[in-house]
Amino acid sequence: MKRDALVYTIKHTHPAKSLTYLSLYQTMLTIRLAEEKIAELVSNREIICPCHLYIGQEAVAAGVCSALRKDDWVFSTHRSHGHYLAKGGNLNSMMAELFGRSAGCSGGRGGSMHLADPAIGFPGSSAIVAGTIPLAVGAALSFKLQEKDSIAVAFFGDGAVSEGIFYESLNFASLVKLPVVFICENNLYSTHLPVSDCLADTSISKKASIFNMPGSVIDGNDVLTVYRTALKAIQRARNGKGPSLIECLTYRWLGHVGPSDDLDKGLRNKNELVGWKKKCPVNRFGRYLIEEGIATQDDLDKIGKTIENRIRISVNHGKRCNFPAKKTLTGHVFKD
Amino acid sequence: MADVTRIITFVKAINETLHLLMEQDKDIILIGQGITSPWYVGGTCDGLLERFGRGRIIDTPVSENAVTGVAVGAALTGLRPILVHPRMDFMYLAMDQIANHAANWYYMFGGQLSIPITIWAIINRGGEQGAQHSQSLQAIYAHIPGLKVVMPSSPATAKGLLVSSVRDSNPVIYVDDRWLYEQKGDVGEDLFSIPIGKASVIRKGVDITIISSSYMTVMAINAARQLDEMGISVEIVDLLSVKPLDEYTMLTSVSKTGRAIVLDGGWRSFGISAEISATIAEQIMGKLKRPVIRVALPDVPAPSSSALEKVYYPSVEAVVLAVKKGMGRSKPRNI
Repeated sequence: MKRDALVYTIKHTHPAKSLTYLSLYQTMLTIRLAEEKIAELVSNREIICPCHLYIGQEAVAAGVCSALRKDDWVFSTHRSHGHYLAKGGNLNSMMAELFGRSAGCSGGRGGSMHLADPAIGFPGSSAIVAGTIPLAVGAALSFKLQEKDSIAVAFFGDGAVSEGIFYESLNFASLVKLPVVFICENNLYSTHLPVSDCLADTSISKKASIFNMPGSVIDGNDVLTVYRTALKAIQRARNGKGPSLIECLTYRWLGHVGPSDDLDKGLRNKNELVGWKKKCPVNRFGRYLIEEGIATQDDLDKIGKTIENRIRISVNHGKRCNFPAKKTLTGHVFKD
Repeated sequence: MADVTRIITFVKAINETLHLLMEQDKDIILIGQGITSPWYVGGTCDGLLERFGRGRIIDTPVSENAVTGVAVGAALTGLRPILVHPRMDFMYLAMDQIANHAANWYYMFGGQLSIPITIWAIINRGGEQGAQHSQSLQAIYAHIPGLKVVMPSSPATAKGLLVSSVRDSNPVIYVDDRWLYEQKGDVGEDLFSIPIGKASVIRKGVDITIISSSYMTVMAINAARQLDEMGISVEIVDLLSVKPLDEYTMLTSVSKTGRAIVLDGGWRSFGISAEISATIAEQIMGKLKRPVIRVALPDVPAPSSSALEKVYYPSVEAVVLAVKKGMGRSKPRNI
């Protein structure tokens, strides 16, 4: 495949969107560079709220969200930044939220763990592990009853598979045949515990069969595989065939929360981290684009510079805009 | 509209309200355990499945936590769910979705999406059912910012409060009590709503105020009749809304009489009667002729044996005695 123009289209059957390889790369790199900047800001204590960073897992958010429409809803977790940005969330609003400003996407009320942008199908992220899984099922129920062909996606980690509500929710979704896709980002750790210390059977995708729904396990660091697998599940849901479970094997480079890599705490070993860094999803896709003649290193560098500039602007924006006024503390408890 | 007296039961009032509301608004769904069973909901859901179908009337597996989350998720995306927990005792399993999601969502995201969900919690107790089939937990939910809590006490208030709960854009815990289900009362035929946050002075009096809610209001009415014959004039403030509490109506009454008896269907400590007592003390201390008296459950899990149940649940006699104590004399004077 020779490069004729800067942009190629991935052919797929969904008519509403034409996804390009470079926009997919751009989404992943935006998440990567934004998270690296946030890690720095947290280290400097310029951002105070706890940030659970998505570095290393970019292919999952980018691959899944790129297969969705704007009217599809995504339910995210404490590790929200990647999903928020990949679904189309505004970088400036996200940064302002991390700095606790009223121009933040949650009005400064939520912080990193509670980002929201309902207009793009991101109703709000929640930090209760597995807590958003039934919310996604409820959204799917709503779409089905209102005869819309929107679908819902629940993102959650391997830790969530220990919660009872995971089993309750998947059972219900399958029973009622709801248009929801369950994406488990298995990054092999639940805060400090390896997944083998949490699950008697560590095969998460296999658990789909007890709910009579399809389950698959994929390389979560291969963005095209994530995209294609997600798209199939999304179309299945949209066509009224019910839910699916996709287990994406991936790895977070930093610790559960904050900018440390947790090596100093003895929670992971260095070789494991080094090994996964070699499988970096962003670099891997970049190499693929170059090998396929879709882009040159120069093109990728240019994209990187543009993103860095946007991030710089967003950080300045975040630092400059106002904090919420004190008298607004008691507002928005109830809607009038 | 003609003012025709139409006496129906509490059950019938709820049932006809559900029929009317669901006919009027296609976004209302009813979801929960046992709503199509012959036992769980005491006839309140009769005829709904046949009329509205399995899409909108969803009898669920035993998954209180997930089903509550499903209802919250549906409320986020355009539906107006009435979520049924046929026993308040089992609603504990759903506490995470209620407290961490339903209550917080509007605030947590700076006022973007609200959760228009009615969580219908049924108190079912007595009959030797024991500690896990008995609890009145309204105080726990009233404590959490972001939830409203209402407690009807009669067929008319059952209807009016259900309408306003369902139409509210926020999560409302609608708490009723099986012991109310055979109560009869006059109920208008059409849909009407009773505003949330407004108490009702259902009996005017001058000597002493009883503040009550739910089934305790029925007991207050019975006690007041007896006390009337003894020459004590009782005013009854029926709260209707526990959260927000109608402080104005309550405090106006107690300022007038100078005496307050608080009847609480929950446990004595750390609950609604404590909240009311504190509010009275904070705001109208100088108007009190005597300290507030509370009649509530003892801080004890519910026993099974009826011999103990008789002592556990406050009787009308206990209310009468409390009022007499509040009047500061063992013998009432004749007016």
